[in-house]
Amino acid sequence: MATLLEVSGVSVTFDGFKAINNLSLSIGEPEMRAIIGPNGAGKTTMMDIITGKTKPDEGRVLWGEMSRNLLGMSESRIAQEGIGRKFQRPTVFEAQSVRENLQLALKNRRGAFAVWLRPKGPTDDERIDALAEEIGLTDELERPSGELSHGQKQWLEIGMLLAQEPRLLLVDEPAAGMTPAERQHTTDLLKRAAQTRAVIVVEHDMEFVRRLECKVTVLHEGRVLAEGSIDHVTSNQEVIDVYLGR
Amino acid sequence: MTRGSKKPMRAFFLACALCLAAGAALAQDLQSLLQQNAEEIGDPSRRTIAEALEPVLESDLPQVLDFLERYAAREVWQRPEDGLFFYAEEGDDALTLIDIDTGEPVGTASSREMNNIRVNAGVRGVINSALVQFQLSDDDASRRIAALDAIARSPEPEHLAPLLNSIEDEPSPAIRERKERLASILTARFGESTEARVAAIDSMAGDTSIDVRATLNQILGASDEIGETLPEGENLAGERELTRDEAYAELAEEGLASPRVSDADIAAALQANIEGDAVAGVPVATMSDPAARIRAYEALAESGTVPPFVSEDEVDDLVDAYVYYQVYYEDDPAVTDAARGALGAIETRVALYQFADIALDALSLASIYFLAAIGLAITFGVMGVINMAHGEFIMMGAYTGYVVQQIVPDYTVSLVIALPLAFAVTFAAGVLLERLVIRHLYHRPLETLLATFGISIALQQLAKNIFGTQARPLTSPAWLGGQMEINDIISISNIRIAIFVLAAIFLVGLLLLLNRTRLGLEVRAVTQNPGMAASMGINPDRINMLTFGLGSGIAGIAGVAIGLYAQVTSEMGANYIVQSFMTVVVGGVGNVWGTLAGAGLIGILQKGIEWFNPSNTLAAQTYMILFIILFIQFRPKGIVALKGRAAGD
Amino acid sequence: MQRSFFFRNPSILVFIGLLAVFTLAVTLMSAGAGSGAISTSFVKTLGRTLCLCLVAIAMDVVWGYCGILSLGHFAFFGIGGYAIGMWLMYARTEEIVVSSLAGATLPPTPQEVSDAIGSQIFGVVGSSDFPAIWAFAHSLPLQLLAVVLVPGLLALVFGWLAFRSRVTGVYLSILTQAMTLALSLYLFQNDSGLRGNNGLSGLQNMPGEDLGQDVISIRFFWASALALGLGYVLFGWVVSGKMGSVIRAIRDDEARVRFLGYHVESYKLFVFTITAVVAGIAGALYYPQAGIINPAEIAPIASIYLAVWVAIGGRGRLYGAVIGAALVSLASTWFTGGGAPPIDLGFYRVIWTDWWLVLLGLVFVLVTLFFPKGIGGLVDLLGINRPVKQGRTGDYGPDVGAWRKREGEEE
Repeated sequence: MATLLEVSGVSVTFDGFKAINNLSLSIGEPEMRAIIGPNGAGKTTMMDIITGKTKPDEGRVLWGEMSRNLLGMSESRIAQEGIGRKFQRPTVFEAQSVRENLQLALKNRRGAFAVWLRPKGPTDDERIDALAEEIGLTDELERPSGELSHGQKQWLEIGMLLAQEPRLLLVDEPAAGMTPAERQHTTDLLKRAAQTRAVIVVEHDMEFVRRLECKVTVLHEGRVLAEGSIDHVTSNQEVIDVYLGR
Repeated sequence: MTRGSKKPMRAFFLACALCLAAGAALAQDLQSLLQQNAEEIGDPSRRTIAEALEPVLESDLPQVLDFLERYAAREVWQRPEDGLFFYAEEGDDALTLIDIDTGEPVGTASSREMNNIRVNAGVRGVINSALVQFQLSDDDASRRIAALDAIARSPEPEHLAPLLNSIEDEPSPAIRERKERLASILTARFGESTEARVAAIDSMAGDTSIDVRATLNQILGASDEIGETLPEGENLAGERELTRDEAYAELAEEGLASPRVSDADIAAALQANIEGDAVAGVPVATMSDPAARIRAYEALAESGTVPPFVSEDEVDDLVDAYVYYQVYYEDDPAVTDAARGALGAIETRVALYQFADIALDALSLASIYFLAAIGLAITFGVMGVINMAHGEFIMMGAYTGYVVQQIVPDYTVSLVIALPLAFAVTFAAGVLLERLVIRHLYHRPLETLLATFGISIALQQLAKNIFGTQARPLTSPAWLGGQMEINDIISISNIRIAIFVLAAIFLVGLLLLLNRTRLGLEVRAVTQNPGMAASMGINPDRINMLTFGLGSGIAGIAGVAIGLYAQVTSEMGANYIVQSFMTVVVGGVGNVWGTLAGAGLIGILQKGIEWFNPSNTLAAQTYMILFIILFIQFRPKGIVALKGRAAGD
Repeated sequence: MQRSFFFRNPSILVFIGLLAVFTLAVTLMSAGAGSGAISTSFVKTLGRTLCLCLVAIAMDVVWGYCGILSLGHFAFFGIGGYAIGMWLMYARTEEIVVSSLAGATLPPTPQEVSDAIGSQIFGVVGSSDFPAIWAFAHSLPLQLLAVVLVPGLLALVFGWLAFRSRVTGVYLSILTQAMTLALSLYLFQNDSGLRGNNGLSGLQNMPGEDLGQDVISIRFFWASALALGLGYVLFGWVVSGKMGSVIRAIRDDEARVRFLGYHVESYKLFVFTITAVVAGIAGALYYPQAGIINPAEIAPIASIYLAVWVAIGGRGRLYGAVIGAALVSLASTWFTGGGAPPIDLGFYRVIWTDWWLVLLGLVFVLVTLFFPKGIGGLVDLLGINRPVKQGRTGDYGPDVGAWRKREGEEE
């Protein structure tokens, strides 16, 4: 299991508030990792830093076999490198159909002229159909995604994430607002993905995390509090203190 | 004042005093004094008149001044039979004679019986300078000032002595000071000794007034000269830097070289020498080719019909053979050196003052931008709404001021009424706009921009329909009319000071309102996080309405202020709107200090650029906008940016 | 490929068909090529309107599809007009100068001709020398190239600066407006080299050909119609398919598009530049039909009117922009030209030359408030188009912040 992403010594401050404080973390490929932590622990900020939305004050984020620094790259470059992100709240393009949404996300050349002059790859339609099958939206392909239910939007979002074929998936609270059956489906899907790539799941729901059966990292006040199996971290006294309050 | 000039002056005074005593003893009336030299006065010439009038001038008679003025104006007549002098009024066919001492009519005479005394220009000059002496010592202060003004306007060497004489007895300190200044200006130009002049020039260093600078420049006047070598014994001002073409053109003008043959000369020469359909064997039809023209011209030159071309080498040789220099009209190098030094010192100081003047200008411009933009900044910052009709609210305020002035004739009272009324009117208009339009478009900033633009064109046209297209004056009260002059260079009109004060009041008032009141707290809460503010029991609707009203109301007051120094037209708002946007954007949104910084930067920039290129305000604005576009590249959130998560990136 | 493109976008075929019918009808009724039922000046008005429709669809692509409310596209339009105007004025003046110098005893040299042209053109601004920007004015191909290149390069540089520093939303609008203002102020100067506020005039004459205005007008009408048709197809192509999908996605949520791996700035720059080029072409066709161009044409207000047309016509659909531009500009001509009958209210006589702008402003506000889809939205009611429920996402400027969007939905 080779290291795919290494975050080391990263700190970021907002107006004097240390959102991330000397955080270090590394993910292999393939690997599934769950990140938990109370509100304000810095989970979202960490994902912002990895995806290039926020520039940290110090530290390094190294990526891939060549150990390239992600910090100098734009968001789009990082995404092209193979990091996909699913937001907590589904952000699909509501004015466009499900098919168009998936087509947008599909791994293809991203340059403006390439997109304009050669908009479609030969296998695009098949890939979209397969994805739609996977996320259960085959019948909704031509509907505007704004008309989908909340759960369906979550699925579409996951579908878009898979369509990018990233090497690292950053998934923010995938199970929020899902029925138990859908949760099971999501778990399966993520586990399957984690067989070939790296997956980082940020979650509140301990039950869901337990079902992922993976290494867990606990964040608190912008740094790693504990790391290990779910049973290991839940028996850690510090983690209990943080979650239950002293 | 130096010793050199003081000594002869004292002697002159002494002589005057003696003569006065003697004259008073000899005769009591003007007529008899005039009769002492009746012949010369009756037929005056430039050479003799001063001497002839001496008894008169030395007398202390009050009528002398009047006489001299009338004499110079050719209003004095002489009766040939007895040589007596009279004033006369010309009637239908006869003159009414008036006694020169009493001013009473003493009879009539036909104009043939009397001689009108002919006073030529030379004589008048002598008399005028004699008059100056009287005027400078007149009991009436205003006449003394008038005399000084006249001298300052056209200084003559003859003025110097009377001016110096009059200083000692001058009762008014202010006029005395002026006389001394004028005396040193005159001494600098017409003083008798080099030391006196140099001393006078040195005493002027640091005086930035225009007349002093003009005097020094006059002393430093120089003529352009050409010679084979630099001349000896002349007061050289220096060599001139000329381009080769300029130098040759001067040589040609002086007759030192034959002029170069221009294209126009060639054309004229060819036209004059057409024979048949060719010139010197070159066909006319080919003459659209410049080379053909030159061939033809050269052929003509060979035959001696036209002057030959001057070759480039000849030009070089000739130009190099001469030196080009300037010679001062003033012969004395000590004087010109002193003048150059003094002028240099003065110019440094002038530049400094001009800088201060520009800084004041920039400050007042910044105040105007601040007033125009702060309302916009508030609405943009709090509500995220761009109000394109803001400029029209400014216009509305200005027209409110105009209407009030039509009803209340007293400008001060009308201004006192207009300011709050303009606020009320535009506040109401703002609240109305917010309720009817903007409320429905929150979270759609681009559409708000467009909708308010629709309001803006409607309001502008409405104003045109009501008030017409011509500019309406908004007259400021007299106490705002003048300007504060710190010296000849730095001056600032009172109206601009008032605008500055108004801007300062608004700055302080808004800071107090936002930071010290409940309303301000709520406004800031809504600015930073409307959702959270709403959940804390603040009614964002009410805050938005009040904020929009406040922003609009300030625009109304700004309108009155702007209307006072510019004119009120239906398009005045449009002239300020883009600059106001710039101010807000450059300064940073949602912050009074930001707007202040933005207004300051834009004001300073615009005036600064105008300083480099004062003739072209359009270019200044162009460059300023380009600068702002570049500025936004580096600080997209403005000078004073909200930081961190609250900025909503 | 092309067939399927038109098949997927039937509205383009419908539009081209209608445009062809309209062009034919106007041609048959014109004085230059038909019965003369339509006056030459009205043919020019119609030709100009077609050019305005072209710049309006460019505006629609950049604003309605890509979400950039540019207040600078009329500046590009004006630049195109200036570029072609320089050649027209130069060539026309050259003809006059050459014919007047033909009577001279000596045939004129090229320098004399050039000097005479210079003093003819720049006499009004007290100069007779050709400024550097007129270096290519003698050449039609080079000036035609300038019609395309100058707006394109300006848009490229400006857009690159603005987009790379992530200036968006109303900030970007203000910035484009500033650019427009700077350009018009620059042109207002006498030493700008483009005759200051006199502008360029006499553009209605076609150098080199001895044609009447009736013939010239119908030819420009054809050229305008052709340009509009080609422009419509070009933009139809841009906004359909995946390119259109990306562009609309950028309008609705550019941060999300970035996380999908698209370099948003390049796409914006592409759209901004290509629309600027088309705007320049539209301007190059418009001003010869107007006869005169001056800096007032470029003033920021003109670009705002362009946005008004598109908004009234209905943004986010190309035919909406065409409808808006045609309707509003023709109505404008009718009302301000005194064509509309005054309304007598008894106490007040509404004269439309005075009240048209008030009406337009209010109509515009009402459209923004109640008919955000504009006139084009009526087509949805007819059921021709598949109605796409618009999410409200597109309405948020990114400068406002994502959390506000959430609140907007909850409201």
